[in-house]
Amino acid sequence: MDMNQYLDMFVEESREHLQQLNSSLLELEKDNRNKSVLNEIFRVAHTLKGMSGTMGFTKMQTLTHDMEDVLDALRNERIFADSDMVDVLFKCLDALETYVNTISQTGQEGSEDFQEIIDALNNIIRSDNAPKKAPKKEKSAPARTGGSDQSRKAAQVKALSVELNQYDINVIKKAFEEDLNVFEIHVVLNEGCLLKAARAFIVFQILEKNSDVIKSVPKVEDIEDERFDHDFTVVAITSKPAEFFDREINSVAEIVRVDITPILPEHIQPKDAGETKPADAAPEAMLPITQANENVHDDQHKKVHKTGKTVRVDIDRLDTLMNLVSELIIIKTRLDDTISTKDSSERETIEYLERITTSIHDAVMRVRMVPVETVFNRFPRMIRDIARELSKDIQLHMSGEETELDRTVIDEIGDPLIHILRNSADHGLETQEERIRAGKPPIGNIFLRAYQDGNNVAIEVEDDGRGIDVEKVRKKIVEKGLETAEIVQSLSDKEVIGYLFRPNFSTADKVTDLSGRGVGLDVVKTKIEALGGMVEVESVRGKGSKFTIRIPLTLAIIQALMVKIGDEKYAIPLSSIKEIENVKPGDIRLVRNQEVILLRDMVIPVVRLDRILGVPGTLPDEKKKSITCVIVKKGEKLSAFIVDALIGQQEIVIKSLGKLLAGVRYIAGATILGDGNVALILDVNSLAI
Amino acid sequence: MNGKSMNKETRQFVVFRIGDQEFGADIHKVSIIEKALNPTRVPATPDYIKGVVNLRGDIIPIMSMRIKFGLPEIEADDDTRTIIFKLNDALLGVVVDAVEEVTTLQEEDIESITTITNDRTLDYILGVAKPGGRLITLLNIEKMITELMEKQ
Repeated sequence: MDMNQYLDMFVEESREHLQQLNSSLLELEKDNRNKSVLNEIFRVAHTLKGMSGTMGFTKMQTLTHDMEDVLDALRNERIFADSDMVDVLFKCLDALETYVNTISQTGQEGSEDFQEIIDALNNIIRSDNAPKKAPKKEKSAPARTGGSDQSRKAAQVKALSVELNQYDINVIKKAFEEDLNVFEIHVVLNEGCLLKAARAFIVFQILEKNSDVIKSVPKVEDIEDERFDHDFTVVAITSKPAEFFDREINSVAEIVRVDITPILPEHIQPKDAGETKPADAAPEAMLPITQANENVHDDQHKKVHKTGKTVRVDIDRLDTLMNLVSELIIIKTRLDDTISTKDSSERETIEYLERITTSIHDAVMRVRMVPVETVFNRFPRMIRDIARELSKDIQLHMSGEETELDRTVIDEIGDPLIHILRNSADHGLETQEERIRAGKPPIGNIFLRAYQDGNNVAIEVEDDGRGIDVEKVRKKIVEKGLETAEIVQSLSDKEVIGYLFRPNFSTADKVTDLSGRGVGLDVVKTKIEALGGMVEVESVRGKGSKFTIRIPLTLAIIQALMVKIGDEKYAIPLSSIKEIENVKPGDIRLVRNQEVILLRDMVIPVVRLDRILGVPGTLPDEKKKSITCVIVKKGEKLSAFIVDALIGQQEIVIKSLGKLLAGVRYIAGATILGDGNVALILDVNSLAI
Repeated sequence: MNGKSMNKETRQFVVFRIGDQEFGADIHKVSIIEKALNPTRVPATPDYIKGVVNLRGDIIPIMSMRIKFGLPEIEADDDTRTIIFKLNDALLGVVVDAVEEVTTLQEEDIESITTITNDRTLDYILGVAKPGGRLITLLNIEKMITELMEKQ
């Protein structure tokens, strides 16, 4: 069978396993005697080794194998993990990740063999002196299978779940004559297993390589067609010991349990026929016990379990579905417009349709939602590395990992968060000595929180470090010639902090490897704004800083205010509108060559949309009795957009202008109106002053 | 039309008229031909971009061939057509005065214009064909578009 069809699955699963290894290693570093974590790490590494072996990625297999040796030594308490060793293991994970990435791109594992890591791993083993190697094997082998051996013995007396016919018995008899082992192997797959046939295929591949399978329940054909529950039983004749199969089959992913019962001459005695009946019940009865153990086990690793219960769908298919829903909403709006009669039954029908479309929209949106955990889970490792690099003690506290965001947003949010976290770790947090001098606990804290806030998701990165030195930023602004000293003094602290998001603006005295090169915060801002979100910073000198990112839950369908400028219709996203004011033409004043209005003592710059957008045929101010201003917010700042008329609030579907017109200024996209015409969506960020 | 075996020698072109000139575009690039549409103006775009329209849920930019060729604009009439081209993944509508026919040309009937001029700005002209005493300028629409995208 062609392995390529399993490649995606392999890549996806390997990534999950690596992620799990990363978090387990972090736990191990904190508590290097934690047996259950060690066992877990070993188990996952072993699975990874098995998987890469089955897929024929030998370099990856070699690396995991050497890693496994170290893990085995750790598990048997011959050596104990220290930070350096964990470093090597982390490097090992990085190398494995490199392999997986190469595989996902090219289908090949590449030529890199990471010899220095393998050497480092071997050094660890060697430092644990050689004579101990022999007892290890004795010790580890029974340790690994000890538990199941017991239960197996219990089952073995009770005999088989497969009924053997005369032909089978003859074959088995022959096998006994040749001194071969005959096993009944019962394989139980994870209940959430998606590609049961694929798993079974790998099991069969192992079996067929090492044994003759003489019987299978259900039949092999049925297993191939996935016509089986979550378990199957085979009878195999082999020269290899039971432990071999136990180990090999267990290394296949999503296998919950493997029971191996040796078939003995007694089993094929005719008198055994009667005994098979009660035996049937025996494995069943055992099941709950083993299952219970498995459950405890699974609870510790919810992630693996969770993914087991999901369906993997290509994001393109979801996009298609989303587009169809968008179409539905457009046509609904159109229907809404055409039916203006007072016929109550028609209105009712429309309202019903409206409720349904809204529900479908919500449901599809929910399908596209992914917990931010998928982004967050790489941060503990990252912070650990940074902490070691900077010799700071940093504790990362995460909360709200279950908060969900649109898949497309999730993919984009990772990099900005990394920037902010690094920034906090590097610039925000002081060194240990500084902290002690400032009377703070030596361990610095970074809080990463996610939560839903109305139609937005907020992600906060807060540190209890030194906070932003606003005076220093002020000086820097003048130094860089961005503003005069006079203006800088008149700026509020908040406005000053806003300069940190300008390109090439860095207040760090020295540039470190991590941050301070002046790239970063401006990139963060651009990226977040491209997602329709915004970044805010709060900072208290000596207490710490807090970066808050706010991102809209959905990108595809939004509430907008429809306005008229001249004869053209435009949509302004409701989320960026603060209020609407009518002013008299005389209320617009000129301050430093900028038109402004005064609103409750605030000076708000005026943006004449008709001029910027080049709309023909708009009335001059003098001919109007009052001027409608839509007050929009861009971050903290307000601008007054002048429009000719308000049409109303509407749910709109955002469509892109297409490749050919991508990058047109002032326009964030287009939407289709009820009458089939197109209205453009204004890009508030580029229009506001 | 017996398909691909003939492809080497003959090509089909949609022939359209702008002013009194005839132009041709490869039929494989044409997605659909519509009557005059009512585009929504897009600010900050070149003047030959008339705007965007909604065509069965797709937002499609519309280009005026007349303005592109430096001719005065005329009112849309019953003959006015919008040819929707499909180029890679993008759709583009082109407004022409009229669509006349679909014609099959022999490869040897197509003359390269490099023999006439070396003007690089005429890169998007594939060649000219002269069936039965007419003169049809064959356009490489893709080239025209790349030019448009580069300008942005």
